[in-house]
Amino acid sequence: MRYLPKSTAERQQMLAAIGKKSIEELFSSIPERYRLRKPLNIPGPYSEEEIIQYFKARAAENSGGYTSFLGAGVYNHLRSVVTDAIIQRGEFLTSYTPYQAEITQGTLQAIFEFQTLMCQLTGQEVANASMYDGSTAATEAVLMAERLTGRQRVLAARSVHPEYREVLRTFAKNSGLQVEEIAFTKSGTVDPKALQGLLKDDVAAVVVQSPNFFGAIESYGALAAAAHSCGALLVVVITEAVSLGLVQPPAEADIVAMEGQSFGLAPSYGGPFAGVIASKDKNVRQMPGRLAGQTTDSEGCRGFVLTLATREQHIRREKATSNICTNQALCALAATVHMTLLGKEGLREMAGQNLSKAQFALGELLKVSGVRRTFDAPFFNEFTVELPKSVKLVNAQLVREKIIGPFVLGTAYPELTKHALVCVTETTTRAEIERFAGAVKKALEQPV
Amino acid sequence: MNTRIKKATRHTNQSEGLIFEKSSPGKRAFELPPLDVPAADPGRALGKVYRREGVEGFPEVSEIEVIRHFTRLSTWNYAIDLGMYPLGSCTMKYNPRVNEFVARLDGIATEHPFQPQELSQGCLKILRLLEKCLLEITGMDALTLQPAAGAHGELTGLLLIRAYLEKQGNPRKKVLIPDSAHGTNPATAVIAGYEVENIRSGPEGQVDIAKLREQVTPDVAALMVTNPSTLGIFEQSIPEIAEILHTKGALLYMDGANMNALTGVTRPGDFGVDVMHLNLHKTFSTPHGGGGPGAGPVAMKKILEPFRPVPILVEKEGGRLALESVRPDSIGRVKAFSGNFGVLVRALAYILAYGPGVRQATEDAVLNANYIRKNLEGVYDLPYSLPSMHEVVFSDAKQKKNGVSTMDIAKRLIDYGFHPYTTAFPLIVHGALMIEPTESESREECDLFIDAMKSIAEESASQPELVKTAPHTTRVKRLDEVGAARKPILRWKPGGSRSEAAD
Amino acid sequence: MAYPKQYRYTKDHEWIDVKGDLATIGITDYAQHELGDVVFAELPKPGTRIETGKSFGTVESVKAVSEIYAPASGEVIEANATLNATPETINKDPHGAAWLIRIRLTNASELGGLMDASGYEAYISAKGKEAQA
Repeated sequence: MRYLPKSTAERQQMLAAIGKKSIEELFSSIPERYRLRKPLNIPGPYSEEEIIQYFKARAAENSGGYTSFLGAGVYNHLRSVVTDAIIQRGEFLTSYTPYQAEITQGTLQAIFEFQTLMCQLTGQEVANASMYDGSTAATEAVLMAERLTGRQRVLAARSVHPEYREVLRTFAKNSGLQVEEIAFTKSGTVDPKALQGLLKDDVAAVVVQSPNFFGAIESYGALAAAAHSCGALLVVVITEAVSLGLVQPPAEADIVAMEGQSFGLAPSYGGPFAGVIASKDKNVRQMPGRLAGQTTDSEGCRGFVLTLATREQHIRREKATSNICTNQALCALAATVHMTLLGKEGLREMAGQNLSKAQFALGELLKVSGVRRTFDAPFFNEFTVELPKSVKLVNAQLVREKIIGPFVLGTAYPELTKHALVCVTETTTRAEIERFAGAVKKALEQPV
Repeated sequence: MNTRIKKATRHTNQSEGLIFEKSSPGKRAFELPPLDVPAADPGRALGKVYRREGVEGFPEVSEIEVIRHFTRLSTWNYAIDLGMYPLGSCTMKYNPRVNEFVARLDGIATEHPFQPQELSQGCLKILRLLEKCLLEITGMDALTLQPAAGAHGELTGLLLIRAYLEKQGNPRKKVLIPDSAHGTNPATAVIAGYEVENIRSGPEGQVDIAKLREQVTPDVAALMVTNPSTLGIFEQSIPEIAEILHTKGALLYMDGANMNALTGVTRPGDFGVDVMHLNLHKTFSTPHGGGGPGAGPVAMKKILEPFRPVPILVEKEGGRLALESVRPDSIGRVKAFSGNFGVLVRALAYILAYGPGVRQATEDAVLNANYIRKNLEGVYDLPYSLPSMHEVVFSDAKQKKNGVSTMDIAKRLIDYGFHPYTTAFPLIVHGALMIEPTESESREECDLFIDAMKSIAEESASQPELVKTAPHTTRVKRLDEVGAARKPILRWKPGGSRSEAAD
Repeated sequence: MAYPKQYRYTKDHEWIDVKGDLATIGITDYAQHELGDVVFAELPKPGTRIETGKSFGTVESVKAVSEIYAPASGEVIEANATLNATPETINKDPHGAAWLIRIRLTNASELGGLMDASGYEAYISAKGKEAQA
């Protein structure tokens, strides 16, 4: 077998060298009745080519050749081939967690750069080396707020990604956290009156997202002031990181939980992505996950190490800030390379293209009779429209034209019965947008 | 250093600044195709929330500088592609390249989790086949592929146990955890809302059955066991352990980190485990990438199936597959979307490459570990004498007489061209050296490792200072971890002197 | 390093210096030596109540965390703010400048169970012999 660097002869020699007659003897500590006496019933062995053919056949059964207008937390963005050229290097791909700093300075310096980029993007003071994804980062941010305030009530805006709120509820149950929801206004943003009504001095965190699940951009100033006036922390969730190229960062937030997928990570049917947690320096000892810190060696040379490890599970065990061990290091590296490639101007330009194309798409859709814009708050690359017909039915028609239509908001918000969340990025061409609008028009004109 | 050891050193001596220190305004590394729609005016479109100045401090470099910067950084790393990692309980095996290739295919990497399910049958078939293979390997009844890492899987597993017991009327209060356990175990139990109660290992490093009998009270929800243990030794009494727990209505959770000793040879479902997680980035070859991404699927017996996190993969009429999210007893969602799909693809590719022959990998892993053990017995102290499976734990007791600790030996091993083994774990061995070669090491590599370890033992006796001040051949020497923790510098800030990057 | 005669000591290596109904608490030289280079101390805020035998804070090195257990019950009046900037004082002067907290005692009679300096010195020397055995 090509992955096993031993010949039969070598195996025999090694067995002889340790005084064993057969490999069976090395498994004698497993009670006989539990030892498998027949081979596992699994397919294979496959040659390299057969493996490739298997997956190519699966790929052909997916959405090849379709244009998509889906966002809702996972975004199609341009990815440079340079990123893969870097992360496919064996020294990055097959390296271990950098506990032995002297021989993992590459990984550690890259993490340090990632942490810096995250602070620059979010306007926060410190960021960690990554979490699993945005949804678990948001949950960890809330748990962090609980530790910092000693309080148990959490107010989460309904306009936060529905799956993120589900994840939060799954884990909140066992921490004694009580999660309540904040309504949204006609503009699509957090309802300040509803928030005020819920705020008391027993609230640990107010959780909002921007741009939110409807695509609407929130204003942090008032939200932060309201939360802080009761001693609660403001947690801001960001699912579309490219927005930070043109939208004010949540500097007023106490903790930011972000999804880094938009920076160089393929949609990959939902993962692996790169969660980010960022906060103020004074909160660092309550942060979960790894942190890379700058230091010097015995000869004064600059180097990097994992630091403040006493927060983590391998030292603190049951009192750790989190149980996280393996995180998403290679994804964070991909994001780091991607952000470095884009640079200041590239990010701005990419964000600008997203904004322009989304505005154009909205314009084209509003030309279609019966389509109405919902929510008047500013948006980045996603917006909500209301159709005169069920979105599911319209999407079924669109699929026939090889278009994957917008997210059906009714599945997560029962009151938004005919509303759709349309996403347009720099990867969507003008022609595709026009074709999409045309297809929507045609679908609406069809008798039901 | 012993000159007969011929292992090439891998570290270049060139320093490299931070990318921010190389920036110059106006430089770019990536260009976009021209905008084909009217340009929106961001000031007008965004109003007060417009970030006029862009992201301050973001790098501004050219493409070649990006390539050089990260290529140089990469040359400072040790990696499996360069040589052995004898890290115990990490299973640092070869990461097959075909796995990388298939994960990147158009139609695999490009799929959106919310796209219509009829356009995702390829993805769903991959998930279904992986589920089937992992169920066959573990001997369990149901699986979830959602968790993003082992610790995430542990938490999911404990939440399943909690939901099951709650449904019976009482979630109970405690989880028993052996003192030899990995740190994620107690950290996870606490997050799942349980108190941790330690159970002391017996004199052979195994779960002490008598103590277990005493400690399993009606308050105990589960025991979290690693099998083989973190000493690399098979828990012989595991069927008894399962029985003791089950009679008291508690469950047996198995940390599957050490599956590399069991795959194809025995199945946890057969010897009494109720629920377990797997580490795909260990046993199933998905790359460590410097710290992830991984995946931690959870396999369980039928009794826990109703509580599985959503979404659940189901087979519908005509063989069509679907993901369903409505399950009244489910513990809920543990992650957005559907697991670390890209990692799952790689694990399936690995399994397909071996087929039933994956047993050979297990046998080679156990052979390598025993070969190393036999050759280093007597050179290093062996605190537990029961047979080792895929890993062996020594201690630094002999070398400590000259003041040389496991950490020093580990650092000196770097000079011989290897990554250190796992130091200072498990906690029940003072000064532990935990060694797991995996099946990916040839006899030659094992021999080189044995020679290096023997040489270091000699040095510890005759030149202890050499070992205590190692490593000597790396670009950076021992780094000041104390300073890093006292005055943490966790990001670059403009205005720092370039001279900080002293060569 | 000498163990001040007027202090009292716990089995968990804390010292307490009592003056009337006020007391100062710290960790001993033995404790700091076991811990290694101290990087951080987490101490309770003024006003916090601490209880005999219960943990009231931690002292950390790079790779370990040590809980600090209260030798007596009381209310925290002051925590040593200088340790934020210079936690290494705990290594250099554990019995003096690196005092951790000052409290107002609620029950002076609890102190009866604590060791005096010579008792503590005998205790740690026995521990040393045990470790070498």
